[in-house]
Amino acid sequence: MRYILRRLGLFVITLWIALTVNFFIPRLMPGNPAEAMMARFRGRVNPSALKALEAAFGINTQKPLIEQYFDYLGNTLTGHFGTSLTFFPQSVGTVILQALPWTLGLVGVTTILAFVFGTLIGLVAGWRRGSALDSLLPPVFVITGALPFFWVGLLLVLLFSVTLSVLPNDGAYDVTLAPGWNMDFIGSVLTHAILPAATILIISIGGWILTMRNNVVTVLADDYIRMARAKGLSNTKIMYGYAARNAVLPNLAGFAMSLGFVVSGAILVEYTFNYPGVGYMLLQAVNNQDYPLMQAMFVMITVTVLVAVLICDFLTVALDPRARTEG
Amino acid sequence: MTSATAETTETTAPKTNRRPSGSGMAIWRAIRGNGKALAGAILLFIFLVAAIFPQLFTSVTNANDRAYALSLPPSSAHPLGTTSYGQDIWAQLVWGTRETLVVAVVAGALASILSVLIGVAAAYLGGAADDLLSLLIDVFLVIPAFPLIIVIAAYANGGNLAIIIVVLVITGWSYGARQLRAQALSLRRRDFLESARVRGEGWFYIVIFEMLPTMISLIAANFLGAALYAVLTAAGLQFIGLGSPSSQSWGTMLHWAQSAEALQTGQAWWVIAPGLCIALLGAAFALLNYAFDEISNPALRPVRRNRRNRVRK
Repeated sequence: MRYILRRLGLFVITLWIALTVNFFIPRLMPGNPAEAMMARFRGRVNPSALKALEAAFGINTQKPLIEQYFDYLGNTLTGHFGTSLTFFPQSVGTVILQALPWTLGLVGVTTILAFVFGTLIGLVAGWRRGSALDSLLPPVFVITGALPFFWVGLLLVLLFSVTLSVLPNDGAYDVTLAPGWNMDFIGSVLTHAILPAATILIISIGGWILTMRNNVVTVLADDYIRMARAKGLSNTKIMYGYAARNAVLPNLAGFAMSLGFVVSGAILVEYTFNYPGVGYMLLQAVNNQDYPLMQAMFVMITVTVLVAVLICDFLTVALDPRARTEG
Repeated sequence: MTSATAETTETTAPKTNRRPSGSGMAIWRAIRGNGKALAGAILLFIFLVAAIFPQLFTSVTNANDRAYALSLPPSSAHPLGTTSYGQDIWAQLVWGTRETLVVAVVAGALASILSVLIGVAAAYLGGAADDLLSLLIDVFLVIPAFPLIIVIAAYANGGNLAIIIVVLVITGWSYGARQLRAQALSLRRRDFLESARVRGEGWFYIVIFEMLPTMISLIAANFLGAALYAVLTAAGLQFIGLGSPSSQSWGTMLHWAQSAEALQTGQAWWVIAPGLCIALLGAAFALLNYAFDEISNPALRPVRRNRRNRVRK
């Protein structure tokens, strides 16, 4: 219970720090970039939207900083992110809601695939320690884990889109198709997702394999494994029921780190493939100097990551008695 | 009374004061004996030479000059061809090594210094200070760093090198700090530290001369991890156009290649070469890092005696 409370506390504090940083970055930057943005958009958006922007960035306002800060916190927590300038007159919230499902689908599915396959391969490698598989895999995956996401994406494009022209490399679906629940559209979504997903999978699976392999190696030296052998349990039972179950728990706890890694990679992958998810929108906002959209995207990504980490924490508590007692 | 304590310490000192081995020599021996580490060290050495003496590899002195015919295929004059802007790709590659390595080494070193300071301080001070510092570490661990970096770089209007390095350090220290805190905690009650305390050494001496030398392989691993993170993140930033567009680096090369649609126009080398260099440098850091992991955690070393394995089957 104490563990859960602590993790909840961490969630709230991290969120608060992220929001505060988000609030102060534009105000601390030299040369007031927000004002420059406003000048660019004057005349192109309506005056009331500009007024709201001025309020959001603390320009021409009599309100003291502290009051601006609490207004901002209130607005952010109630989901009022203001108006996007790139996609005017859509609100930032609408743009986010359009982008979020693509990212959640792409990153969510690939992360789960990477976790499942990586853990299984790592288990086998650790179990057959010193085998050909085990001596070959770690160096290979140490290297794949250090590859730049966007470059792997570009290589896949070169191979499958440019040279073989079998897979699309642009967007999330064929724009000539009308979105809907029919086979054509779903097929198009899937084929468009293959290359971005493969990129993330190739790079992120190595981390799971290596940590799982190392956890298994450590766990195998424990007494309860020797006990299980002494009892004459079958190898399969020891491998899955004893070694795997204990080795997978630290892996789950390491999820937080890997998630940040995958999210940063996903931003680059979405950019490389023009995949219309949150990362792509974030960079669109950056290129158009659309600061309200950019900041909202940052908040959105942070909240998503924090929620995922929290879910992981709860899972760890549910699965691991040690986490419940240690506090 | 005091003399008695001094006497007992003196007599026990030779036995208990022996630190767990781990010094510069040990690391060198470990690198030589470990295939992964050796491969990583050789790669890193080649890049170091290219960064310090680029003239050894190319006669071009200003690689960003648009001095040649556009989009030439590879030839003896231009080993990797030229870009659509008329720059020699091989020369850009060689001259780009320097900035990439500087970012890696400086950001990596500063981030590891920060992790050592915060991680060891948390473990050594304990109590409320530890709680506070641990919280700080946890917060920085879960905040998604890359989006934050993008936001900062966007407001800084395409960061120059210094800004990029500062941001990389701020976002890159937390993982190492957590590992170092854990190891420092496990050291805290060891005999050799107790005896140093009984000898009356100050905390500064104990931390610098007693604790840090025993943690050297973990610190080295952290430096490599932070350097790897810096290389990949800086390249990503430059690739999406948030670096300085006129800088000489591999990420910037990829940015221009992507905006000139090099893949679609058949200039594959423009994309493959800089990415391959980033990948090789990343591999060098990762291989060395993995080797240090094996050194600091003997349980992970490749088994030499296969006796137990045979019994299992």
